[in-house]
Amino acid sequence: MYVAVKGGERAILNSHKLIAETRRGDGAVPEVSVRQIGEQLGLAVDRVMTEGSVYDRELAALAIKQAQGDLVEAIFLLRAYRTTLPRFAVSEPIDTAKMLVRRRVSAAYKDIPGGQVLGPTYDYTHRLLDFALAAEEGVGLPEAPEADAPLDDGMPHVADILDHEGLIEEEQPDGEGAEVFDLTREPMSFPAGRDQRLQNLARGDEGFVLALGYSTQRGYGGNHPFAGEIRMGEVGVEIVPEELGFAIDIGDVVISECHMINQFEGSKEKPPQFTRGYGLSFGHNERKVMAMALVDRALRAREMGETAMYPAQDEEFVLYHADNVEAAGFVSHLKLPHYVDFQAELNLIRKLRQEHQDRLEKEAAE
Amino acid sequence: MNMRAKAAPQPARARWMSILARATSGELEAAWERIEERPRYAVLRRPETGLVMVRGRAGGTGDPFNFGEMTVTRCAVRLADGTMGHCYAAGRDKRKAELAAVFDALMQGAGSARIEETVIAPLTRRQAAERERVSRKAAATKVDFFTMVRGDNPG
Repeated sequence: MYVAVKGGERAILNSHKLIAETRRGDGAVPEVSVRQIGEQLGLAVDRVMTEGSVYDRELAALAIKQAQGDLVEAIFLLRAYRTTLPRFAVSEPIDTAKMLVRRRVSAAYKDIPGGQVLGPTYDYTHRLLDFALAAEEGVGLPEAPEADAPLDDGMPHVADILDHEGLIEEEQPDGEGAEVFDLTREPMSFPAGRDQRLQNLARGDEGFVLALGYSTQRGYGGNHPFAGEIRMGEVGVEIVPEELGFAIDIGDVVISECHMINQFEGSKEKPPQFTRGYGLSFGHNERKVMAMALVDRALRAREMGETAMYPAQDEEFVLYHADNVEAAGFVSHLKLPHYVDFQAELNLIRKLRQEHQDRLEKEAAE
Repeated sequence: MNMRAKAAPQPARARWMSILARATSGELEAAWERIEERPRYAVLRRPETGLVMVRGRAGGTGDPFNFGEMTVTRCAVRLADGTMGHCYAAGRDKRKAELAAVFDALMQGAGSARIEETVIAPLTRRQAAERERVSRKAAATKVDFFTMVRGDNPG
């Protein structure tokens, strides 16, 4: 039970002023700009766009500044802002095979058509703190070299190479035209379709999805995954505006995508073959898409005839707890005044203790 | 939203609309300033920002799912001769959406060849050059595998 409490207005107002001052920090240090955050803290921006579920670099950067770098708070701000905007359209499904590739690697095949393209990655850095970045004069304007020729146009997905031999399950649309579940418009429902699960995981908390993905590798799920392919780059987004009636391309979004290839021993109906797990995020976020692909595969247990025994295979557990806006909200609400609730509990405990005491005294007397 | 009146695809118009959607407002403003006799137009739908739900496909090729939204700004204008111009562009740049809609209208009229030459073609070249630059930088990080031949235990 919540009871409106009056009298905190001035305290709240001053607390707003104090957080504004705290957020600004030492006035002798230049203020960080939203553009600087967008350009130089780009991976934080990518995470906020993905989990905030709105692709807009400036808005995500603003949210990060406002939240003082608290990314979960920034995600909350972006989700809240989203509710003020009308929805114009639903896009045609993006075609990730037609990506302007910035990075594309496979851990399953060495010689893939189009090649292994490392792109901008921290994978091969030494993870030693680089004090050059802390130098007063800054890093200047580092420039990466350009090859003589661009990459091949249209890189095929690695999983499609296995596809030709029938060694991996096919991934073809079979519900074309069917309603696609939308978590922003309808409540969670179970059993969940893969569309609902993928949307939930795409918006889901990176830490939660990562831990679940990790759990499947450690034996709580029995996946045996290979990173079939990870790619990152721009894809065009197409919509068919009602007033035009034909498809137009409205711009690009940078996305990361992961195809996990998993061993599958087969079931009564299906021969042994590789199965797929899929991960997709806005921006550059490989950890998230790899973890998502592991959990996507784990959640396909029912469809594969596997017994769901572990947390990552339990769709209600995963889907109900993946959203960090909901999770943070429910945990944080404990901070709100529960004075009346607590008084009631206090009275109850006092009463129970009195009864307990009375009983002991009565037994001693007997 | 499934009640789409499917018109025939219009590849030519879709091409210039996508080029305009990827332009910056600075580029479109400069192009607008360069036009000697700027046409009058009425704004039918004021520039408005909203969302598009972006769909992906399970496994990249399977059934669609709702992936996440993106901000989009749209605008519609009408020239004095009645030609309507539209724009839907990623992001929240309202001035860009308005100018892109005007150029879309102009591209449907008698002066389209001139607009193509002075506005659309340079934007196309700039955007293609930017994509090529990105791709060349990525290509510079492509791995050239070579096989290590063990020379330490011959025969």
